[in-house]
Formats: sequence, structure tokens, C-alpha cells
Amino acid sequence: MQIIFDNINYVYSGGTAFERHAIRDISFSIEKGEFIGLIGHTGSGKSTLIQHMNGLIKATSGHIYFNGEDIYEPKYKLRDLRSKVGLVFQYPEHQLFETTVFKDVMFGPTNLGLDKLEAELRAYEALKMVGIGDDLLEASPFELSGGQKRRVAIAGVLAMKPEVLILDEPTAGLDPKGRDDILEQINKLHQDSNITIILVTHSMEDVANYADRLFVMNQGELVMNHTTKEVFSRYKDLEKMQLAAPQVTYVMNALKDKGFAVPTDATTVTEAKNAILKLFNSPYRGK
Amino acid sequence: MIRDITIGQYYPTNSKLHRLDPRVKLSGTFLFIISLFLFKSFYGYIAVTLFLFTVIKLSKVPFRFIVKGLKAVIVLLLFTVIFNLFLTPGDPIFSLGFLKISMEGLRSASFMGIRLTYLILGSSLMTFTTTPNQLTDGLENLLWPLRHIKVPVHEISMMMSIALRFIPILLEETDKIMKAQMARGADFESGGIIKRAKSLIPLLVPLFVSAFRRANDLAMAMEARCYRGGEGRTKMKPLKYKSKDYIGYLVLLLYLATVIAVGILEKIGVL
Repeated sequence: MQIIFDNINYVYSGGTAFERHAIRDISFSIEKGEFIGLIGHTGSGKSTLIQHMNGLIKATSGHIYFNGEDIYEPKYKLRDLRSKVGLVFQYPEHQLFETTVFKDVMFGPTNLGLDKLEAELRAYEALKMVGIGDDLLEASPFELSGGQKRRVAIAGVLAMKPEVLILDEPTAGLDPKGRDDILEQINKLHQDSNITIILVTHSMEDVANYADRLFVMNQGELVMNHTTKEVFSRYKDLEKMQLAAPQVTYVMNALKDKGFAVPTDATTVTEAKNAILKLFNSPYRGK
Repeated sequence: MIRDITIGQYYPTNSKLHRLDPRVKLSGTFLFIISLFLFKSFYGYIAVTLFLFTVIKLSKVPFRFIVKGLKAVIVLLLFTVIFNLFLTPGDPIFSLGFLKISMEGLRSASFMGIRLTYLILGSSLMTFTTTPNQLTDGLENLLWPLRHIKVPVHEISMMMSIALRFIPILLEETDKIMKAQMARGADFESGGIIKRAKSLIPLLVPLFVSAFRRANDLAMAMEARCYRGGEGRTKMKPLKYKSKDYIGYLVLLLYLATVIAVGILEKIGVL
């Protein structure tokens, strides 16, 4: 087991009028190579939770184990953890600062203490992975378009070659094409190099397409931790938490209500399409 | 980490002091600061201390939280105390080489220390109990007569409220960028002074960019709502004195009278 959370609690500004219990008694474990979707309403504690994973926030109580080691042990080096658990924040393009795209991506690997050649190599690889062409390497990061900036910022984390990649709403504010591009690249990365991905998102379609398992958070608690299909089959519960299932799940449920014998566990458009076609080609045709 | 700065922050408790008109609190703070320098004797300190702690008690802001604000100015405070302690002429009661401490020095150092501490406590109490909006509203209202001598009162108070509003936003932004760079292996804590200064670049550049972006957005939003300065502008919640505010003023006057009386009695040699 790669990451284990054991009864994690976090309280903001404890002991003052601003005190807020951000996350409560969170326990789970994640295997290497999993693709986890983390969903929850705004303010449900998702961002706080993921910042625990690379030690940026220290839990008020509880333990976190990474590759079998307790990260709160005094001897544990948090900087090593941060190189292994890459965290891409919301709107990561706001953290770009260097004069060129290439230098900005090199920031992470250089901080790891790698020599210049290795850092350059990694930066180049990372930029290729996110689909930034050679013509943009020497451009100023502030000249790029929104989607390009986002990809450069993600490359900045990828260049550290993390074992776990956490992305906090990587598609927020992007156009549909930019969104699909980024998600496809993340998925490809997951399949090619078998790194663990944790994707925080508000889009149920995104997690339905890519995630194996879903964590659902509500008011600081982890309320569901099941496979994607299982979670979306309980869409009535999700709605109570101001979440929902993907659109197609509703379509399939509506078809079922009309009397068509379709399975209601379809969560992606392709699945739904296949199920409907199968029904139409079968001799029974419904009932 | 950076959220720990408490000076100038608002602390909601809905106490009597919070509900007071901001103009009372502004003039109160002003009078309080003046009153700190109107006396020299021990009795004056008793009066001021009593007043300050009663007001702190009334505000319901935890004392621990108020004192935390002193941390930011501790260096300045220590400087003043040390200079007063060693450099006030008089009969030495203790000496070590060229360092001499006189009775007068001890006296003026401790009194200066207390005065400065009270000054900071008093003024931070105002920001703890008044929202930035109320504060600038009150200030604009108090300074309103100055517009006759061509002081741009509305513009000043608008600038002040925007500046105050940006403090928490920029602090939050700093926190966020810091974390984002730390996630990329940046180290803000170790190394010599040059290395540390250099390590701030990845923080400062994005911070500047975002400050300009936000300022731009705000200007745009204000223009979109046809903001064009103070002329003919009305308020949604105009400030109105209520009876509790007059009581507030009365208490302030009584306090000031006491301190002045102490000062006069000192002069004529009764105290």
C-alpha cells in the first residue's frame, strides 16, 4: 500500500473565533498505480486533504504513511516526500515565474539537486509529455495562452518524476478542447508509467471516464470510498451532497423507467451507447 | 504559517464595543493615544491601565489573541526600552564598563515601554472590533469637513478600504504560492541571507503578477458599476449615532478629564 491515512483530523486556527474543523477522521489507503477521483462540494475539505499527502499541512491528529514510513516521524525528510508526491494546485499557472518556459519547468528538478544536464533532460521530457512544442521552450510563460500555461505548470511538477501525481481541478476554466487534451495526457501518463493519480474535480464525467475508485467528501468527512460505478449508482445520495452522477446515468435511469431493459450502471457515454445498441439489436427489444 | 499575523485583523465577537459607531471608536483611539502622553506620574498609569483593560474586557476578544499582535513590533519595543534604559542621564545605580543604568533611566524605560505597548494594544483593539469597511466609513465621515480645503476625502478613504481589503487576499495568495513552490521543492527556510533572498524570487514574481491582475480586475468591476468618485454618492448604510454612541462619547470625555486632572494635579504638586 503506497499511501495510508489513519484517522486524520485537521483544525484551522484552533482556539480562536476563526476555528474550523476542515477534515474529520479520514482513513483510507491507496495502492500504487491506482487512478482515484476525489469529488465533493466546494468547501468539503478536498484541497485540505490533498495538501496532507505531501506534507504541506500537518494534521492536527492522526498518522500518514507513505511507502510504509510514517511521514510525521521527526527523522522523515518531507522534502523527499514532496519530490515523490507531485501536487498540482488549482490554477497552477499562477505560480509561473521564470523568464522562459524551459527554465520554469527546470525549477523543480534543480531543487531536487540534480545536475544541469539531467534537469534539462527531465524538463524537456515533461514538456513533451504535456504536448508543448519546441517552438515555445524559449517563450516567456506570461505570453502563453491559458491552456498552454496550465500545461507548462503541470510539466513543472512532472519534471520531478513523482510516483504519485495529485491534480486539484486541473481543467477548471479551460475550454472543452483544452480540458480533453489535459485529461487525455494525464490518462496516458497513468497507463504508460503506472504512476498513481489522484484527480480532484467537479466534473462527474471526467472521473467517470478515467477513475477506478472514487472518494466522496462532504463537510470534511470521507463519506464514500468505492469503485466509480458503485458510487454513481447511489446518485440519490450524491444529490443530497449537492453532487450528481454523470448525465448518461440519468439518461439510462430514465430509459429504464420508460420500460426499456437497459442496465443503469453505465457511467460513460461509450458504455451507454453499447448498452443501448445491444438492446436494439436483441430480439426481445425491451420488456 | 503566514496566517498567524494578527495585527490589524478583525475579530468577530459581536460585543458592545463591536456594535459601537466606528466614529466613536476612531475618536476614542485618537484620544486614548493622546491621553498616554498627558501625565508623568504613577497615578496616571493606574487610570490608563484601568480604562484599557475595561475596554479589552468589554470587547470579548481573547487577551491571548490581542497580545499576539505585539509580536510584530517587539523589536521596535525592545530598542526603545534599551535606549532609554542606558542613555538617560542621572545617578547610576548599576554600571558595567561604559554601560550605566540610572534610576531615571529605569523609570523612563519602563514607562516608555508601557506607553508604547498600550498604544499598540489600544489601536489594535480598534481594528479587532471594527470591520475595515466601517473603519473607512467612519474616517470618511470624520474627515468630511476637510473637503472644503480641497482634501480628496472620499478618494483617500476608498484607497484605504481597498488597501485594507487587499491585505488578507494577498496574504492568502502568498500562502498559496508558497505552498505551490514548496511542492516543487523550493526551500524558503534554510541557507544564508543571499540564498534566502534569492529563494524569494519564485514567490515574489507570481505575487506581483497576481496583485496587478487583481487590481486590474477590481478597477474593471468598479467601472462596470459606473463608479466615478465620491460626488453625489449615497450610502446604503449611512452612519447614524444612537444613544449608546453618546454614552460612549461621554465615557471617553470622563476618561480624558480624569487623565487631564491627574496631569494638572501633578503640575501643581499634589500628586
